[in-house]
Amino acid sequence: MSEAGFRLLDVSVIHASELRKNYGDFAAVDGISFDVAPGESFGLLGPNGAGKSTTMRMIGGTLLRTSGTLEVLGLDPETRGPEVRASLGVVPQSDNLDEELRARDNLIVYGRYFGLPLSYLKPKADELLEFAQLTEKANAKVNSLSGGMKRRLTIARGLVNEPRVLLLDEPTTGLDPQARHILWDRLFRLKEQGVTLVVTTHFMDEAEQLCDRLVVMDHGQIVAEGSPSSLIKQYSSREVAEVRFGSERNAAMVDELRDLAGRIEVLPDRILMYADDGEGLLEEVHRRGLNPVTSLVRRSSLEDVFLRLTGRSLID
Amino acid sequence: MSAIMGPTLERLRRRPPTVAALYAGNARAVIERGFRVIRNANWAVIATGFFEPVFYLLAMGVGMGALVGGVPGPDGRPISYAMYIAPALLATSAMNGAIYDGVHNVFFKLKYGRLYEGMLATALGPMDVALGEIFMALFRGFLYAVGFLAVLGVMGLVTSWWALAMLPVALLIALGFASLGMAATSYMKGFQQLDLVPFVLLPMFLFSATLYPITVYPGWVQALIMALPLWHGVELMRQLSVGYFDGRTAVHILYFVAMSVIGVTVVTLRLRKLFLR
Repeated sequence: MSEAGFRLLDVSVIHASELRKNYGDFAAVDGISFDVAPGESFGLLGPNGAGKSTTMRMIGGTLLRTSGTLEVLGLDPETRGPEVRASLGVVPQSDNLDEELRARDNLIVYGRYFGLPLSYLKPKADELLEFAQLTEKANAKVNSLSGGMKRRLTIARGLVNEPRVLLLDEPTTGLDPQARHILWDRLFRLKEQGVTLVVTTHFMDEAEQLCDRLVVMDHGQIVAEGSPSSLIKQYSSREVAEVRFGSERNAAMVDELRDLAGRIEVLPDRILMYADDGEGLLEEVHRRGLNPVTSLVRRSSLEDVFLRLTGRSLID
Repeated sequence: MSAIMGPTLERLRRRPPTVAALYAGNARAVIERGFRVIRNANWAVIATGFFEPVFYLLAMGVGMGALVGGVPGPDGRPISYAMYIAPALLATSAMNGAIYDGVHNVFFKLKYGRLYEGMLATALGPMDVALGEIFMALFRGFLYAVGFLAVLGVMGLVTSWWALAMLPVALLIALGFASLGMAATSYMKGFQQLDLVPFVLLPMFLFSATLYPITVYPGWVQALIMALPLWHGVELMRQLSVGYFDGRTAVHILYFVAMSVIGVTVVTLRLRKLFLR
């Protein structure tokens, strides 16, 4: 289904138009427009300070916008906050669990904030603890949980009201690789159940794993929009050859490599050469007698897209 | 799509537009959380708030009272020194408890526990959180007041059934201080400002005719003290303890009613500034 032929506006879960948030002279979010369709997994990709979390807080109605239009499930979160949030699950960037309550009580009390009855919440809390693989920790104090456990509990908590839209702000930051994969698996399951996911991340692999469609944000603006594969296709080549000559020589070698690839990026520690045939390109480099210390060929990623669009890397 | 939120959504849709952004009619959930925490809490910590005025009463009232002897009561008849300061200590205790909950507790939960951030990501509004927290502050104040009044009863320091009215009056005093304190908290940025609180409260406790009559001061100092809230609380409690009332009684009550109305109004207007930052 092409996006152009599909009237997103009529069915949008989230509709933002010229959304703006200023702090004094500084524009944290600088006039962004986007729509999120039901059941979609939508990503906001960008470096720290790009305006992703600010956007998330405006969606939840806990931060007032400076100007622009914002509708979540057809309502303005600024004037009907509790009603909008009744259908949202919010997973903040850093865990804000209730440290005065135990793990299971965190889920139950949180559910009470949504006006849910205990008869529903007690079995639901057990179900969510199992989902988060924390059944053993039901009566543990929050402070005794590991970082990964707290993260999973925070996500489980965000599901207690069976939200239609789940807002995840940097869901896997600070998690080890195994914990990340467990979490991604859980999020896939939710998506299969029809939950709309809105994810902010500065990890390109996470965006590629989780998002059907994403916007790339930088300095409060949207600089590109599309599916991960279409963005890569549009803004990068199929493959990338990475070569390292040592930090002293990288810059000096660029001129000799310039004509080999359509595009070259020089990073402090390596040179990226963009081409459809990475191996062929690398062979040519060697044929010229330019022997890099290390080299590798990989497929283009969203990291390359971001580099192309902003001239900077995602993680600085 | 889930149906579980149906009843809540139904209720939220019926709210008038004036409160739709701020209030979900579910302060009950915040109060429930408070009781759950109290149930798990260390009772020794809670009990300290009860013992403080009792220690003052024993040290000053009974100890120093032996030196002081009798003092004129609200109606002019002599009463023991312990009887004189006991109602004042009850008023002070209501103030301290309310400030502890409305200022220190709120500020800590806001800045460090980030408790309110979690609450406000749900179907609650900032008004629900404020009402719930004020209720918990009053509940704690009420517990202390009941305990202290029981001690006064046992020690024979109250002589009128009117003393029972000290309980609701303690709540009124607590409401005034908790709401105004919470309003002040909305302007606070760091711990340095929090340090100003005892700087205000301690002199107010010492000079508000708590330990000796206000008549020892020159006129302008008296006027200054009478403008401050604690003096009204102290005088009101003192009158109740012996069941003597005059024209000033109504003034004292009105003072706290006005203070509470102003406090609650400012808190309401500053809700976003208080909780959403």
